Amino acid sequence: MSAEAIDQIFITLKHAILGWLAPYLPDWLMPIVSAVLSITPILMVFPLVFALTTVVERKVLGRIQNRPGPNRVGIPLTNIRLAGFGQFIADGIKALIKEDVVPRNADKVVHFLAPIALVIPVLLAYSVLPIGKNMTALDLDSGVLFFFAVGSATELSVFMAGWSSRNKYALLGAMRAIAQMVSYELPLVLSTVGVIMMTGTLSTAKIVDAQAGGFWHWHAATPWGFAAFFLFLIAATAEANRTPFDLPEAESEIIAGYFTEYSGFKFALFFLGEYLGLFAMSGLGITLFLGGWHAPLPALEVVPSWIWFFLKLGVFILFFIWLRGTFPRLRMDQLMNLAWKFMVPLTLITIVAAGVWRFMDPGATRCLTVTAMIVVPYLLLSNALYTARGVGKRTYRYAE
Amino acid sequence: MTLAFAILAALIVVSAVAAMTLRNLVHCALCLAVAFIGLAGTYLQLGAQFVGLSQVLVYVGAVAILIVFAILLTRSGEPGPGRQFSATALMGVAIALAVFAVLGKVITSSAVAKRGVLPAPQTSVAQLGQKLMTDYILPLEVLALLLTAAMIGAVIIALKEKESAK
Amino acid sequence: MNPLTGYLLLAALLFSIGLAGALTRRNAILVLIGIELMLNAANLNFIAFWRYGPNPEALTGVMFVLFAIAIAAAEAAVGLALIISIYRHYKTTNVNDVNELKG
Repeated sequence: MSAEAIDQIFITLKHAILGWLAPYLPDWLMPIVSAVLSITPILMVFPLVFALTTVVERKVLGRIQNRPGPNRVGIPLTNIRLAGFGQFIADGIKALIKEDVVPRNADKVVHFLAPIALVIPVLLAYSVLPIGKNMTALDLDSGVLFFFAVGSATELSVFMAGWSSRNKYALLGAMRAIAQMVSYELPLVLSTVGVIMMTGTLSTAKIVDAQAGGFWHWHAATPWGFAAFFLFLIAATAEANRTPFDLPEAESEIIAGYFTEYSGFKFALFFLGEYLGLFAMSGLGITLFLGGWHAPLPALEVVPSWIWFFLKLGVFILFFIWLRGTFPRLRMDQLMNLAWKFMVPLTLITIVAAGVWRFMDPGATRCLTVTAMIVVPYLLLSNALYTARGVGKRTYRYAE
Repeated sequence: MTLAFAILAALIVVSAVAAMTLRNLVHCALCLAVAFIGLAGTYLQLGAQFVGLSQVLVYVGAVAILIVFAILLTRSGEPGPGRQFSATALMGVAIALAVFAVLGKVITSSAVAKRGVLPAPQTSVAQLGQKLMTDYILPLEVLALLLTAAMIGAVIIALKEKESAK
Repeated sequence: MNPLTGYLLLAALLFSIGLAGALTRRNAILVLIGIELMLNAANLNFIAFWRYGPNPEALTGVMFVLFAIAIAAAEAAVGLALIISIYRHYKTTNVNDVNELKG
């Protein structure tokens, strides 16, 4: 079996199943069956990645804090422990059979709908991610816009959860979450504009095609692309409510934020939605800046494209866990200042830099000019913001 | 008249009516968001992909959020026992019905109702961008200016009273 | 009935619902929601006429709706800022109670 055949094995499989079903089903049903066949693997694989991530996250966080992390649960009724990787099954069963508590004063309908309204848009976002060669479930002409459109729909579900609980911590968490998501959506979208200008398309599959042929063709390998990728990463962390931007669910301040009043399976849905949102955001970062499913070296193209996508996704997940284990949480005013005074101006500068990159002749001059265009404003801006903050040596005051 | 259109139309009309009649303002805003999503679906069905997605991004992601924020900031989420409709409510409904009757009469009797259906136009985002940057460059610039003015204006209006109160 | 008529009737109905709401509700935010519905009904008309019109390559309807969406966003921001400002001043968002010229 050639490398190409292994790469396309899922596509071949899908067409085989379609061809096998074709005589038995009416014609109008075929597009629906085809769509179901494209969607089902996504609905199965990414929740599995989520399940594994919960264990990996707890183990890695444990290692960062010098403790082993979960290492007991393996296959039930045997002595096989699998280094604790059976934990997610136990957690899943626990979430399913736990009592579902709804506050008496809660707005029952909205309270019930909120987790569903979170998970559906997040799952929809996966339909435009190219997870392998010819493996985009829905290759839209404006795929990137689709991703951001469904992403912005999750804000409303966060509000629904926080407001319907009739709990001040839940409402505070929801307000924090919405303020944060609205503020960071701006740099998130603006940081992708450079890539869209360069490739001249909003289709995710075409953006990946434009980065073929080794890691030096990836957008993150250009000065403007690297800066945009870095800003994208910060904004994506904030958009996914991950540490150091986890103010909406800061457990030491507001219990659990907008899902304080959720328990059992609905809580598990919020948990799932949050992680799936993180993976989708990572997937978009991979697609736009890190060459999508392309191998880093042309010689490595023998490895199937979908393996490369999931390897890159794994690196992203580990990176986010590392961030969570090492960074302290920001304060609300710091969060807003970072978004509006630092991220938005810098993303605008990367757009201009991308334009300059497009119209200058390739060479060292172009590289230096564009780098200077980004580094100089970055230094000036960070310096100005640092001085404006008026920070000096920390002083302590004691009670007299 | 296809099934998809019937479902979307029912969704839009029901959620729009709910958005205008429900007692709780937050419910109204959420129903409005559903109506916006239904409209976005209609645009997608009509082949205007970019507009449909912009509709979700702007209306559901921004306008609906703005509205719920305004509801919470003005503490009008759950209104008291007082009347929700103005004294001339019947008059308003009558006017709206009259408007619908006139519009419906005009639409059903107009020449467009007898026009044949053309095949779906093939348009891409690239064409749209091309148009925006050539034929519509002046409106685009004016719009950018308008948005900046609106943003500054909104901030000033919302800030003003707070400072004088200090 | 051809598809265009269906879309136009839907838009007319949506416009009437928005108009009825804007005329009858007492809360200023709901009046704004009614106006948003009317704007959206107009947008639906533009898209329907673009799709079933004689010259869709010109993209006029789509362009108009894109501009209308941007302007509606600005309108909502300014309108809600005004409502918040009124609430700070009068401690109400009821349009019937905001009837003094002299604050």
